[in-house]
Amino acid sequence: MRRLAVPVMLFGALAVAIVLAPLFLSDFQAQQAAYVGIYAIALIGLNVLTGYTGQISLGHGAFMAVGGYTTAILMTDHGVKDLWTIPIAAVVAGAAGFLFGLPALRLTGLYLALATFAIAVSTPAVLKKFEGFTGGGSGKNLFGVKELTGGIAPVHVLGWKLNFNNWLYYLCWTMALVLYVVAWLLLRGRTGRAFRAVRDSETAALSSGVSLAKYKTFAFGVSAAYAGIAGSLFAIATTYVNADTFPVQLSIFLLVGVVVSGLGSLTGVIAGAVFIEFLPLWAQDVSKSPGAPGVIYGVILIGVIFLLPTGAAGLLPGLLRRVATLFRGR
Amino acid sequence: MANFFQQVVSGLASGGIYGALALALVLIHRATGVINFAQGEMATFSTYILWTLTQNHGWPYWPALAFTLAVSFAGGFGVHQVVVRPVERGSVLRVVIVTIGLLLLLNGAMTWIWSGEVRSVHSPFPTRTIDVGGVAISIQDLGTIGVSIGVVILLGLFFRFTKVGLALRAAATNPAEARLVGVRVPLMLGVGWGLATMLGAIAGALTAPTVFLDPNMMQAVLIYAFAAAVLGGIDSPVGAVVGGLLLGVALNLLGTYIDFVGADLRLPAALAVILAVLLFRPAGLFGQRVVRRV
Amino acid sequence: MTALLELEGVEARYGQVRALRGITLEVGEGEIVAVLGANGAGKTTTLRAVSGTVRRSGAIRLAGRALGGGPEAVAKAGIAHVPEGRGTFAELTVTENLRLGAYTRRGKIDTDVERMAAWFPWLTERGDQQAGTLSGGEQQMLALARALMSRPKLLMLDEPSLGLAPLVVREIFRIVRELNEQEGLAVLVVEQDARIALAVAERAYVLEVGEVAVAGTSADLRENESVRRSYLGY
Repeated sequence: MRRLAVPVMLFGALAVAIVLAPLFLSDFQAQQAAYVGIYAIALIGLNVLTGYTGQISLGHGAFMAVGGYTTAILMTDHGVKDLWTIPIAAVVAGAAGFLFGLPALRLTGLYLALATFAIAVSTPAVLKKFEGFTGGGSGKNLFGVKELTGGIAPVHVLGWKLNFNNWLYYLCWTMALVLYVVAWLLLRGRTGRAFRAVRDSETAALSSGVSLAKYKTFAFGVSAAYAGIAGSLFAIATTYVNADTFPVQLSIFLLVGVVVSGLGSLTGVIAGAVFIEFLPLWAQDVSKSPGAPGVIYGVILIGVIFLLPTGAAGLLPGLLRRVATLFRGR
Repeated sequence: MANFFQQVVSGLASGGIYGALALALVLIHRATGVINFAQGEMATFSTYILWTLTQNHGWPYWPALAFTLAVSFAGGFGVHQVVVRPVERGSVLRVVIVTIGLLLLLNGAMTWIWSGEVRSVHSPFPTRTIDVGGVAISIQDLGTIGVSIGVVILLGLFFRFTKVGLALRAAATNPAEARLVGVRVPLMLGVGWGLATMLGAIAGALTAPTVFLDPNMMQAVLIYAFAAAVLGGIDSPVGAVVGGLLLGVALNLLGTYIDFVGADLRLPAALAVILAVLLFRPAGLFGQRVVRRV
Repeated sequence: MTALLELEGVEARYGQVRALRGITLEVGEGEIVAVLGANGAGKTTTLRAVSGTVRRSGAIRLAGRALGGGPEAVAKAGIAHVPEGRGTFAELTVTENLRLGAYTRRGKIDTDVERMAAWFPWLTERGDQQAGTLSGGEQQMLALARALMSRPKLLMLDEPSLGLAPLVVREIFRIVRELNEQEGLAVLVVEQDARIALAVAERAYVLEVGEVAVAGTSADLRENESVRRSYLGY
């Protein structure tokens, strides 16, 4: 029980910091921070799939698209309140993930990466084609739709009055923290061990009686559900989706983010999410050229593999240990 | 009927390009077991070099192409030695991420260096059509088919009849035994990458005149090349080329005669090919079945 | 008799496992020397240490000069290593396998191909056949021929009898002995089948748990009953 004490305390501290942060953040920064939360949710999902069961997905943007479009369509065409669309998006995306996970069982490593890459590249084209459903190139506009909480009037929560961006911030981060805990609980127990067994050696896992099919498809489903929630929140935050909202770059950046945050460990997901959200801005400091973010992403991706294979999650334990010794005294 | 022949010919032409890039992918996969997600960007980069030599420095086409091929070879060799070699024997995920990183890096670099503006590239072939049995066939298409086939034949001869080609084949299939006879395997694999990059440059040079040059030019072609390689059998050079030609013709005919597919769903159609082959006949048309007992 | 190959205190490990704990042996010019011992004694590792396929420490000298570097350098220095399992390039043809054998040689190799045809007449007839479709015995002979194409100073054979019928094994060892007698080729052969190895070799080392347990001339080892029973299995 004592071993839990430190992580729980840290998590608590983090939660408090998150709750208080908007007091210090401008409106725009609150919005940026909301996106960090959204990416964090997607990264948790992708980490479960790639980091824990070793199945590479270069197509998670597509699952975000499923979630985002579910939300958009339900809100605009069926008058569903935005908050209710989130769990529905989770289920729809999760089902899509599970259904893909079934044939994906027959694809190993490289070929799975290839298939998911092809899905990511084709997603915008498919979305554009089925116009009647998706709104095609012009997409679906959520701005001003009355089902959007905080879209027209400020939101009242627990006696506080929040404008749209602050509301968004709390929505995304509440979900992020809750989903983090859910994932953490899932990965601590038997499921997590089974996942890791699948990743490390399929033959060994099988001979220990771990059902590969069950856990691999389950991981796909969970991971897709997380991405779906992230996509749903993304649609709400951007108040707009169209065929180009979820391009292949998104899928690639998610993979970058999960590598930066550290595969196989949830600790660094926030670092990865911050990385995805803010790198384009930092890159602009380096050079105004539009190509700069790509170059920096590429260099960092390769650099992380070579220099820091465990990502941010690898750095954190070391840092935490140092902080802990400071507190314990000499 | 005339339209049918035209579509077949132009399908063969685009198929030749897919086949060339697919051949590059197969070469690299056979030699180093890597699926190079950056193959398209490397090809585009080579094409930019060709473009800048002819446009900005006024080189005539063929010397510029020769120089581009040489630079591409060196570039591919260098990329393998520096970036790929340290990770090629490790986990699949590391290798995938490194090639993705390369993709991002090259794409960004091209935008940085040459900006994202769309450029036009001259074709080495005249743009008129000739009359073949009453059907107007574009010379550009015929030239593309000719170059693709010629390159494939040259490569085949290289592998069969030269010492380096033999050493490369040995290094790709039996690296440990190859080292015992004195083949410097890591070097040979680098040569393989160099050759593949040259193939990519040719594919890019053939693509650019028709679609115009921009950093994302080869992204779709890469997917078609993946589909062709998978269709032909990921380790079969012959399969890559045949797969490319088949795919090119099939996509063209599908697009012309089935309205639903049209021009919009070509990419998803290629995706469907990839998924179908991987799920139902992973070895492709010419590949060898690898039995994985679990 | 000058020493062609010398090993002094050679150690090698696979990860944490010490496979060789200090091997000292030598092969003279024109000698056939056998390395015997049970499974896991370190016989194959000894050859791998020489060809540089495994990390090793200790001194290894070829014709007096230190031998270092990986397998490529060792091949260039004139040592041909036929590994366990023959190391045939299964997807290449018989002729291509031979050509690869001569990889380190510059210049024309036609005369060498003819020499191989003299030793193994069937090779030229089946030149275009895929090497993987040959029988075990034929693959072993192909591996031998391939090794000879490089005109090595020293031939290292790892368990040539493995998986082959006794008749085929006898034929292969007969060829090895003829090569040694006619061309003065030095041979270091690792074998499980001690009887046939001692019939062909002049001297032998018996390894146990990564060290040399017994060494001597073949005659001595054959006649020493306790050695035969404890180490050689007959």
